Amino acid sequence: MSPALMRVLRVVVLLSAVRGAPLATVTLPPVILEPVPLEPVPVPSEPVRVDSGADQNISIPINTEQQQQQQQVSLDVDVMLTGELNPNHYPARRAAQVVLHHLNTRYGSPYWWGALRQVHKATAEALGDSGRKYSLEVTLQDQISGTKETCTAEVVFPGGPAGGPPQVTTSYEGKSEINTQAQEEALYNQYNTSQNLLSGHNLPDSYGHVAPGMEPFWHLGGVASSFVMLKESSENTLYNMAQVVSVTQLATENNQLRFNYDVLLHEMVSQEIIHWKLLASWSPQEGVKASQMELLPKCHHCEPPQEH
Amino acid sequence: MGVCVCVCVCVCVCVCVCVLMCVCVNGCVCVCVCACVRACVRVFTRHQVLRISAKDELQLSALRDLEALDHLQLDIWIGVRDVSTPVDIRVPAFSLSTVKSHLDYYEIQYSIMIRDLQVALDEEAEEMDAATRDVEPRNTDAFDYSRYHTIEEIYNFQDMLVSENPNLVSKIVIGRSYEGRPINVLKFSTGGTSRPAIWLDTGIHSREWVTQASGTWFAKNIVDTYGKDQVLTAILDKMDIFLEIVTNPDGFAYTHSKNRMWRKTRKPNPGSSCVGVDPNRNWDAGFGGAGASSSPCSETYRGPSANSESEVKAIVDFVKSHGNMKAFVSIHAYSQMLLFPYGFTKSPARDHGELNELAKKAITNLASLYGTRYRYGSIINTIYQASGGTIDWTYDQGIKYSYTFELRDTGRYGFILPANQILPTAKETWLALMTIMDHSSRNSY
Repeated sequence: MSPALMRVLRVVVLLSAVRGAPLATVTLPPVILEPVPLEPVPVPSEPVRVDSGADQNISIPINTEQQQQQQQVSLDVDVMLTGELNPNHYPARRAAQVVLHHLNTRYGSPYWWGALRQVHKATAEALGDSGRKYSLEVTLQDQISGTKETCTAEVVFPGGPAGGPPQVTTSYEGKSEINTQAQEEALYNQYNTSQNLLSGHNLPDSYGHVAPGMEPFWHLGGVASSFVMLKESSENTLYNMAQVVSVTQLATENNQLRFNYDVLLHEMVSQEIIHWKLLASWSPQEGVKASQMELLPKCHHCEPPQEH
Repeated sequence: MGVCVCVCVCVCVCVCVCVLMCVCVNGCVCVCVCACVRACVRVFTRHQVLRISAKDELQLSALRDLEALDHLQLDIWIGVRDVSTPVDIRVPAFSLSTVKSHLDYYEIQYSIMIRDLQVALDEEAEEMDAATRDVEPRNTDAFDYSRYHTIEEIYNFQDMLVSENPNLVSKIVIGRSYEGRPINVLKFSTGGTSRPAIWLDTGIHSREWVTQASGTWFAKNIVDTYGKDQVLTAILDKMDIFLEIVTNPDGFAYTHSKNRMWRKTRKPNPGSSCVGVDPNRNWDAGFGGAGASSSPCSETYRGPSANSESEVKAIVDFVKSHGNMKAFVSIHAYSQMLLFPYGFTKSPARDHGELNELAKKAITNLASLYGTRYRYGSIINTIYQASGGTIDWTYDQGIKYSYTFELRDTGRYGFILPANQILPTAKETWLALMTIMDHSSRNSY
């Protein structure tokens, strides 16, 4: 039998195997895969930024002094910098990440998920007992459409033992493109139901795959996680969402679609993977809200559910 | 026999190429033979699969009417049952507007699950071909570098590479992991004895899968471009390259079998229920200081003592006994950074200026391929304070060109980077590595 004919038969066999399978979730029939889009890598429109700060601020000490300093293993690097900061170094970057978490809580949706692209300028000042304030100029980027925008922002990390979440204000006025509205409405209408509620898990999976129909719920998980990441952030943390472990839709209430999310957050400084549960509600009009946020203890003997 | 002129007409059942053959027989009667030379494969072009949600009996009834229209040639995947179950139907291209008008007329909600079924099938067939290719590839040309592999597959690859290139590549087992797995290093050498050498390692943190995948590609790329790429050939004619692809074998196996997010080694910690030591806090450089944890349950646990982990000790012993390493690059993910010492102290390295300049060159070359933006600088300034780190130790051993990479991406996928980014990541990173290796080769010390 010719190879081509074999191909036809194989395709036909696949189709018949898939037909008739009852689906409780919105995942595609497992055999047929949509093409996985290449992650868009935007070409920089401005020259690659040079880390000139490090050269300018360094005065290389004389050998013996340098050797003595290197012996001092418990160096206190917690002496916080004030004044003009190197925008490529971590203090400015951590504060800028907080700005992005804030913007996601305000403007995020299943079709708009902001990320930090670049820090242009940053300064820090001590506010005495009230904490420390960062003033920043950043470029953010919507991870879905790739659209970039620059804005200024202020982040105040409260002082004192109570701490508390950082307070953020920005000059950002909202998404300049409005064409996510149609997609949002379509998604809302599709899932505004009390039957056939959505559920999914491992977004992305171990191999970085997200089924196309599930992508908006991955984005929504990222945006909802920003509520947690914002309130957990300090000058000593940098958070990203690592994975949506599970998402389960609940019945719509007050015109808001609602989802129980189980997410893994990655905290860069401690390198910990932190497990949170939260309830995300969303509508195109109201945007995303997160509530019932609960930290799950790190289970050292637990094996997370292994996927196919 | 006279001259005959035949005219044949061929019709095939599907859209494919036909071949006509005419045969003249006595009396000029033509016999036509028709053969479709290709079996019909492309039958689903622009067919769509619609998921339809009927919300009441009226809509259900409208759907059943639609199904009954044979001329539309609808292919029901999930049939009409009740209002709570969606209906999936494959609609040929020529019926699409009819079907959609019908649905719109009855205000029946639907979504397009598959926009072009043929495209989806072609992709799927390609993946399946790739999968069969992948099961025990018979040589390194058949190995699929654009997919993630298990430790067995990578170890197999290493052996094949060596057997295919005995004059360039050899494998050295520098030690054993806690669970007894061999720790393999590939040596790329064109001869000599104890030549100055470059060290590359990937996968010291097991969850950083794009690094082991890139390391595999690096190995193949060296073999493929030696003798063709001038710069690489010049480097290998002077220096050796050592490449350790699976630097944390137990951790890597664990990310496949149990926990995709595992970072550390898998050695149990006495008196604790927590397993593992952070192999990038276990080196004898600022060990015990700020920038690592003393808790076994922490992801940055330094371990009970420097070099307590066999995975780390193996490299330490190897580097010391080699004695002629000139560059040392340890590859991690994610964050898109190129870093140099120190991590444990704010004091700048003696060679800070040169390392900084070389880093800038390397990431500029990296960006030239796909525009991927990297930041660079010392570890402690750019990312965080970290004590007991690999390249702090190698630098203080006198290996001037000590660098750490953090590969793609910057947090969108993080550790679970899609496989379709493996090759772009490996290729762009290679440009940065070549910059560093070329510089070390030209600047002996």
